[in-house]
Amino acid sequence: MSDLKKIRDEFIQKLKSKLDLVELNQIKSDLFGKNGLVSSQFKKIGTIDASERKKFASDLNVIKDELQDLINLKINEIQKANINEKLEKEKIDVTLPERSFVRGKIHPVSQTIDEISSIFSEIGFSVEEGPDVENEYNNFTALNTPDNHPARDMHDTFYLDDKRERLLRTHTSPVQIRTMLKDKPPFKIIAPGRTYRSDSDQTHSPMFHQVEGLHIDKNINMGHLKGCLNYFIKEFFEIKKIKMRFRPSHFPFTEPSAEVDIGYEIKDGKILIGEGNQWLEILGCGMVHPNVLKNVKVNPTKFQGYAFGIGIDRLAMLKYGINDLRAFFDCDYRWLNHFGFDPLDVPSNYRGLSR
Amino acid sequence: MKITFDWLKNHLKTNLKEKNLLEQLTNIGLEVESVESLSSDNQLFKVAKIIKIEKHPNADRLKVCDVNVGEKELKKVVCGAVNASEGLITIYAPPGAIIPKTNTKLEIVKIRGVTSYGMLCSESELNLSDESDGITELSKKYEKNIGKSYFSKSKSNFIDLSITPNRPDCLGVRGIARDLAASGFGKLIVPKEKQIKSKTKQTLKVKINKEKGQGCRAFGSCLIKNVKNTESPQWLKDKLISVGQKPISAIVDITNYIMLDINRPLHAYDADKIEKGIIVRNSKSGEEFKALDNKIYKLEKGMCVISDNKGVLGLGGIIGGTRSGTEFDTKNILLESAYFDPRSIRSTAKKLNLDTDAKFRFERGIDPLSIETGLKKAASLIHEICGGEVSKIDIQKIESYKPKTINFDVNSFENIIGFKISEKEIQRILTDLGFVIKKEKKFLKLIVPSWRPDISQQIDIIEELVRISGYEKIKTINPIKDRSKSTLTQTQRLFHFLQRAIASKGYIETITWSFTDQNYNDHFREAGKEIKIVNPISSELGVLRNSIFSNLIMYMSKNLDRGFKDLSIFEIGPIFTGYDPGEQRTVVCGLSAGKKSRFSWIEKERNIDLFDAKRDVVQTLSEAGYNSDQFFIDSKTPNYYHPGKSGRIFLDHSKDKVAAYFGEIHPNILKKIDIKTENLIGFEIFLENLKLSRKTLKDQKLKFSVSDFQKSERDFAFVVNKDVEAQELINVISKVSPNLISNIKVFDVYEGENIPDNQKSLAISVTIQSSEKTLNDKDLEKINNLIIEAVENKTGAKIRS
Repeated sequence: MSDLKKIRDEFIQKLKSKLDLVELNQIKSDLFGKNGLVSSQFKKIGTIDASERKKFASDLNVIKDELQDLINLKINEIQKANINEKLEKEKIDVTLPERSFVRGKIHPVSQTIDEISSIFSEIGFSVEEGPDVENEYNNFTALNTPDNHPARDMHDTFYLDDKRERLLRTHTSPVQIRTMLKDKPPFKIIAPGRTYRSDSDQTHSPMFHQVEGLHIDKNINMGHLKGCLNYFIKEFFEIKKIKMRFRPSHFPFTEPSAEVDIGYEIKDGKILIGEGNQWLEILGCGMVHPNVLKNVKVNPTKFQGYAFGIGIDRLAMLKYGINDLRAFFDCDYRWLNHFGFDPLDVPSNYRGLSR
Repeated sequence: MKITFDWLKNHLKTNLKEKNLLEQLTNIGLEVESVESLSSDNQLFKVAKIIKIEKHPNADRLKVCDVNVGEKELKKVVCGAVNASEGLITIYAPPGAIIPKTNTKLEIVKIRGVTSYGMLCSESELNLSDESDGITELSKKYEKNIGKSYFSKSKSNFIDLSITPNRPDCLGVRGIARDLAASGFGKLIVPKEKQIKSKTKQTLKVKINKEKGQGCRAFGSCLIKNVKNTESPQWLKDKLISVGQKPISAIVDITNYIMLDINRPLHAYDADKIEKGIIVRNSKSGEEFKALDNKIYKLEKGMCVISDNKGVLGLGGIIGGTRSGTEFDTKNILLESAYFDPRSIRSTAKKLNLDTDAKFRFERGIDPLSIETGLKKAASLIHEICGGEVSKIDIQKIESYKPKTINFDVNSFENIIGFKISEKEIQRILTDLGFVIKKEKKFLKLIVPSWRPDISQQIDIIEELVRISGYEKIKTINPIKDRSKSTLTQTQRLFHFLQRAIASKGYIETITWSFTDQNYNDHFREAGKEIKIVNPISSELGVLRNSIFSNLIMYMSKNLDRGFKDLSIFEIGPIFTGYDPGEQRTVVCGLSAGKKSRFSWIEKERNIDLFDAKRDVVQTLSEAGYNSDQFFIDSKTPNYYHPGKSGRIFLDHSKDKVAAYFGEIHPNILKKIDIKTENLIGFEIFLENLKLSRKTLKDQKLKFSVSDFQKSERDFAFVVNKDVEAQELINVISKVSPNLISNIKVFDVYEGENIPDNQKSLAISVTIQSSEKTLNDKDLEKINNLIIEAVENKTGAKIRS
């Protein structure tokens, strides 16, 4: 029996017994290490007769492969067994709670302002702002509501001085004045913001939010106003049809003036907007009074247009089923968490206003 | 303004129903606020006669009455009225009736053991008068009405209208009828004027002083002598009751009736109590008089008063005085019908804080041409009801009424409203509304009716036309989806970005009022100006906020009291720095309380701390596009922060404007506010102090360069005095070789064993990378040494070996 066969048989026999990783590595090194049995045989190839050399080399390679494969197989088996054993030990109760996280929320008024801006953005309105503290002129006089005019009684005003020259704006309409004084027509703006009136009860808050709208151009008529509001209300409430009614009213800064009602009905304790036989007043509007245009140096024989004012808090209440205005500003965590919106829910035209 | 359909029908001939009326009123801008039905309930109150009275067996003061209510059987009613007597005709309310005064429903009840079927009513219980002593006594005339309803059946619903301040004419029933007629709802009835023959002159002299600021333009009057003031006749009482007015006496009722009917306020004086004559003049400073509301008013200089030789009789157009008021025994009366300037009325009433029906009407503008009509109508009614001789009418005036004219271009209507109405229709509507029209070549010349002070220019005419034609005719012109200007400015975009960036870090957005409690505000006001509201809704909301913290901390405390422990809230909104418009800043203010990982099985719980807030601020600013590598941070903060545990952030080393503060709220404030939490951390970001990047995101993205050469990380540990800030070391290192040092990070701070008492060890990792080549050991060693040398020289630190 040749040496090669002897080595093979011996080690095949050895590998048949149960071996651990260390023993296997020992065998590996015994065979294929620097001076291993197989390695030494390879060194011998050169000394063998040319006639036998080919066969010897071939036999040697066969044996080498056979042993090597066998050893690798054994090692793999053991490694696999080790991992399985480890997995068995590492099983964890995944029903334990995850690492804690906190969710922030966006206030429903902020969300509603974003929704409103998104809707008006599509039809070309841009957003303007004005200060919360106003002078008497911008809040009243320039808006065709001179001192000693009974219309001033409609606004319970917070004053900051005894002369009643500085006040907290009672509506967002002074932004109309600021915008028109600052730029030249045409104007197409909305102005959302805080407004203040000194009454406080279940349905009134001394601070609330309004959005002003103003569109002045060469031939904007009351039909455009109707169309604009009709579009807005449909988009805002995300409904296809809206029952809407324009009702004559009076505001000193618009003429003709209108209050706008939308139809609604109560079904299963929930308010449905757009249908039904009940009317709900949601905004005031009208054609900008020529006196107002004159006050801001816009020529009323050349330019005309409309303005409107909408209560934002009220819109939010209607859309999201909130029934208490005061709760908006009470900062009750439970309320904010319930009615608030995820910060990633940014209202937009293509993603939709709301989920 | 309260009306009934019945009253309207005195002026309006119509076949239409009340349902149509309500709709039409709203359609023409006379908004129906409420409709109260009275008729069905009122029909229950019946004329009845007491047949027999027995004493109540268990109560001395009560009587048990057998009452004839027109049915077969007599009703047993328990009654306590002194005047209840056998044979008395009175008013009976059966069980189920609702007593008008108390709004309570009657039931069959046992009173001290005796069952009472209904009630006998006093006048006051029926809102007929203030008479509450005893039950109503009706005259023998009513005998034939026993069993019939006391209130006339014709009584219609009580309609409450909200009349806008521009429409004084609709504060009279006739004005409303006129509008309705113009809109096609019936025909306006031409009033019949009763002519009274008067032979006598008005002998009481009336003079309107011609002085600066005289609030009275014209004063009409007539004397009625030898009247017998009585109760009003039933029709007049009914009329007033039907709109919620209480009948008083014939003379007062008649003046009220004329006021409600044609919006012509009148005033009746007891002529015998006027000394010599009437002088209409400006008040002197300090003059006093007792008004009909039984209050004494001290007048300022220049208010319009009606006076006689003895002094003030009344405030013209606002309220009369007690001295010359009419009573039941008044014999001779002077009837006043005047015109007062709306502005003068309003300013006087405001100064005296007086609100009366007359004031409400005069400040809106009374028809100056109704002086005579009003006097005639009232005088003839007084004559009819109270008798007496009526004098001729005297009218004094310092100014004559000149009618307004407007040149109306017919085409302007379509231009503003968007649809067309024919010139014929335009003329019809305006004529019905009382305009006198003269057709000129290019326009209609319109004479405005004297009762319409609100109309002075073309747009007012357009409004009338569209209001009467119907707003439903206005077309709906759909908007065009076109945008020529960006919707938001860069600042507005930043506002919205910060708002959502902070919310995305676990903060709940709140919106709190712009005003706050002065005590809370003072904690955060620093040197800021206190901005007081003159007329706050309560003293706790008396100032504009100088910081959002005042509100946030208050509401945080409330939420903690509700049992929540670990909360983060924020608000983005204005704070105020002065009294003038624009003296305000936009701030993002956040507040966090409690702990992180409370009751966690997996993480170690710890108090929330300033580095949480710092992370939220720095991350938010980074997300908003500011380079946090360039931030400069130091520890100078306002006094409401913990002096050692707070910091401020500048966007760069120029330290131009504070971008943000962060840190613990000062322990003294927590103590004063008594807020219960482990720790309270806040931050403020100042929107106006954030410079807007001139480079757009698009520009920034264009440049992209990275180095693919190998980078090395070297760690250093420096021992340095405790008061040296980590940022100082970072600044020094970053300047050693800006091109090669790409990142510097403090990864450990150590104090204690092996480190001297007043020193600390800072471990810093520095990333070194070249964009040109792979650095060899020699290069790295050189930079190493430069870093150590620079830090040691500039900060007094020593490298730990």
